[in-house]
Amino acid sequence: MSLDAKIPEGPLDQKWIKYRSTIPLVNPANKRNLEVIVVGSGLAGSSAAATLAEMGYKVKVFCFQDSARRAHSIAAQGGINAAKNYQNDGDSVYRLFYDTIKGGDYRAREANVYRLADVSTSIIDQCVAQGVPFAREYGGMLSNRSFGGTQVQRTFYAAGQTGQQLLLGAYSAMMRQVGLNKIQMFSRHEMLDVVMIDGKCRGIIARDLVSGKIERHFGHAVLLCTGGYGNVFYLSTNAMGSNVTASWKAYKRGAYFGNPCFTQIHPTCIPVSGDHQSKLTLMSESLRNDGRIWVPKKQNDERKPTDIPEDERDYYLERRYPAFGNLVPRDVASRAAKERCDAGYGVGKSKMAVYLDFADSINRLGKNVIKERYGNLFEMYEKITGEDPYSTPMRIYPAVHYTMGGLWVDYNLMTTIPGLYALGEANFSDHGANRLGASALMQGLADGYFVIPYTIGAYLADEIRTKSISTDHPAFAAAEEEVTKRLQSFLSINGTQTVESFHKRLGKIMWDKCGMARSEEGLKEAIQQIRTLRQEFYTNIRVPGSAFEYNPELEKAGRVADFIELGELMCIDALQRGESCGGHFREEHQTEDGEALRHDNKYMYVSAWEFKGVEHDPALHKEELNYEVIKPSQRNYK
Amino acid sequence: MKITLKVWRQKNSKEKGQFETYSLNSVSEDMSFLEMFDVLNEQLIREGKDPVAFDHDCREGICGMCSMYINGRAHGPMQGTTTCQLHMRHFNDGDTIVVEPWRAEPFPVIKDLVVNRSAFDRIIASGGYVSVNTGNAQDANSLPIAKHIADEAFAAAACIGCGACVAACKNSSAMLFVSAKVSQLSMLPQGKPERESRVVAMVKKMDEEGFGNCTNTGACEAECPKEISVMNIARLNREYIRAALASEEDV
Repeated sequence: MSLDAKIPEGPLDQKWIKYRSTIPLVNPANKRNLEVIVVGSGLAGSSAAATLAEMGYKVKVFCFQDSARRAHSIAAQGGINAAKNYQNDGDSVYRLFYDTIKGGDYRAREANVYRLADVSTSIIDQCVAQGVPFAREYGGMLSNRSFGGTQVQRTFYAAGQTGQQLLLGAYSAMMRQVGLNKIQMFSRHEMLDVVMIDGKCRGIIARDLVSGKIERHFGHAVLLCTGGYGNVFYLSTNAMGSNVTASWKAYKRGAYFGNPCFTQIHPTCIPVSGDHQSKLTLMSESLRNDGRIWVPKKQNDERKPTDIPEDERDYYLERRYPAFGNLVPRDVASRAAKERCDAGYGVGKSKMAVYLDFADSINRLGKNVIKERYGNLFEMYEKITGEDPYSTPMRIYPAVHYTMGGLWVDYNLMTTIPGLYALGEANFSDHGANRLGASALMQGLADGYFVIPYTIGAYLADEIRTKSISTDHPAFAAAEEEVTKRLQSFLSINGTQTVESFHKRLGKIMWDKCGMARSEEGLKEAIQQIRTLRQEFYTNIRVPGSAFEYNPELEKAGRVADFIELGELMCIDALQRGESCGGHFREEHQTEDGEALRHDNKYMYVSAWEFKGVEHDPALHKEELNYEVIKPSQRNYK
Repeated sequence: MKITLKVWRQKNSKEKGQFETYSLNSVSEDMSFLEMFDVLNEQLIREGKDPVAFDHDCREGICGMCSMYINGRAHGPMQGTTTCQLHMRHFNDGDTIVVEPWRAEPFPVIKDLVVNRSAFDRIIASGGYVSVNTGNAQDANSLPIAKHIADEAFAAAACIGCGACVAACKNSSAMLFVSAKVSQLSMLPQGKPERESRVVAMVKKMDEEGFGNCTNTGACEAECPKEISVMNIARLNREYIRAALASEEDV
């Protein structure tokens, strides 16, 4: 199958406007008979569900949490970008578009990113109208702040809880439709397969997590809004339940997976404190405005940080990148921290941490100013570590945070399976090889509020004659049987190791060999190790209980099994991409001073992988990226 | 540290539950309370026993999913802290800790420490929104909102919907939860058109779901991990009376 991104003709700034006006419409009477399934209730899922229901479609929403409001979008701290130019500082749709393409190290699709920047302004309008309490100035106007990778103030925020407020806005819009009986909500349900009939996606198989009952649900179209797969690394800033299962089932049914190796490692997270560690917590990147990052000049220095004199400290970011100093982009800062720790200069009990020191800023500005700017973050740090960052430097280390890769989608957000869409972090489309801060919220809501409601018409307009298909159809029965068998197989292994222990082992392989730095040798080893791990998993896990009750261990088994397969695909992708770009750093491809080296002549494409069987290598399809407006260049921060 | 746990075990909503006692010998003070349960569950699975079911997701204090009643207090002993952000350094070697689910009739137990809080979703669906369809909005800055109003609305909107207020209340009242949403939307100009109908509908739904009344004890505020102010309940009462008595609209 050839990859057709279906990018509309015309000049970049006219593509979306013109296309939007020519997409076929579905009349209101027909909309009532068209059923749409939305899986996942984060920003993308709840905004899409609310909007589609407002338009008149029959919508079903599924989430694995006890309430739609728990989706992990809720944890986003910093803000949401929009090209409003309220600060009169020269911002524009074009500048937001340009910053996003450049931040993504020239591996994103121009047309999608331009559309994203274009609709960004409507998102802010919509959220404010819903009652989202964004931060404001004394005159009553909306406040903005700066974020990494930009020179304008375009980030809207609600203290350090922007994701929470945006999600509660979208959730309330969705719950309004639930109250009006336009949406049927299925919480504590997990999608375990997509159902294909005559080459089209026609529904899903879901498990009621409380009763264990397997359910069949028909839909004329299915939207996967199921987030990213950072938990393949075991430790990440993702929620415990975040998983790849929905995307993975789609992949195994024929949806291509785009750029799976593009993952974002965030430089400022609280380091691992021991084997018991279950997840990592982010400390907002804004801290790097006033904190200085350093390690001791002596290896394995056991002294307290406050006892190490100034001339025995190595402010390595300021040393290596005098122009940007502590404010280099996320990927650069992360790699530099790893380099120091690997060389034996790390600090703390584990030696896998560096200092983020506020002493200079506190001397210069006073403790109160620092408290005003970062008080809640300092408090969170103290809660977790028991240390007071006002008197001793924070210890930080990079952690997996976001996945730019995801299901390959065309301009309409449709995967390679007709009728199956992917929105938000679950798709690959807008961030290239590295995402800028405050752009994830923007993309989730753009896809849900302002893109899919239009583009789904291109497909559903041809479906008005398709009556609801009975879930007695053999395709539903067959998919259900497969799901049931798989669950039973996990339960019947009855080995000696917990699912959790396999997840930890997978995470270690991924972090060591497919994390911040990757090499041909390491990736080849990782692929072998993951294959061995997979075999051991299917012969030695122990899952207690039964399939017909509330059984979190059984849920976990399915998710970890999918992560193991995904991990292998990520390594294959990372091995195939013989260049460094954004978050993907191949040790063989760096400049003399250790910076990422892109090879535009060879790798200016999206890698879209097709599933060929668990025991077979996947097939690579390439979507060439044509930069018509922006000229790619090497990033330089020195 | 050595910790003894007395944990509520209940197979499902129909069967009776009881406390079981477990000993953990090497609890690190850097562990979170939930990570201690991870360790316990690993141990139980290896012993061929049923692990303890508990709700959790983000583990950074914002999703509102974790919900343990620890030594008689919702989310445990620390002020303004969810269970997932509670760390073992606040306990002592040799402590016995009693852990129960939220106990309130509108939150039936699903299993062990997991309860069903969908009543909260139904209350929001009854009116906890502004009726504005996608595409209806005007330019965001065409509606100036004074900073102190925006800040106060935000403080109310910071509720994470965990249900600690209900669990802490002797009447199982959901007034703090309901009032936080009513306050946020009644203060903001966007929420004014539905100000009366919203408060009446949400209170009606709250009563239907079986939540009790408020008797001004203030346990909800004391135990709220986001420190939502009980002043919101006062505002809810005013809004309700205003809607019921003074509204020109039939509510």
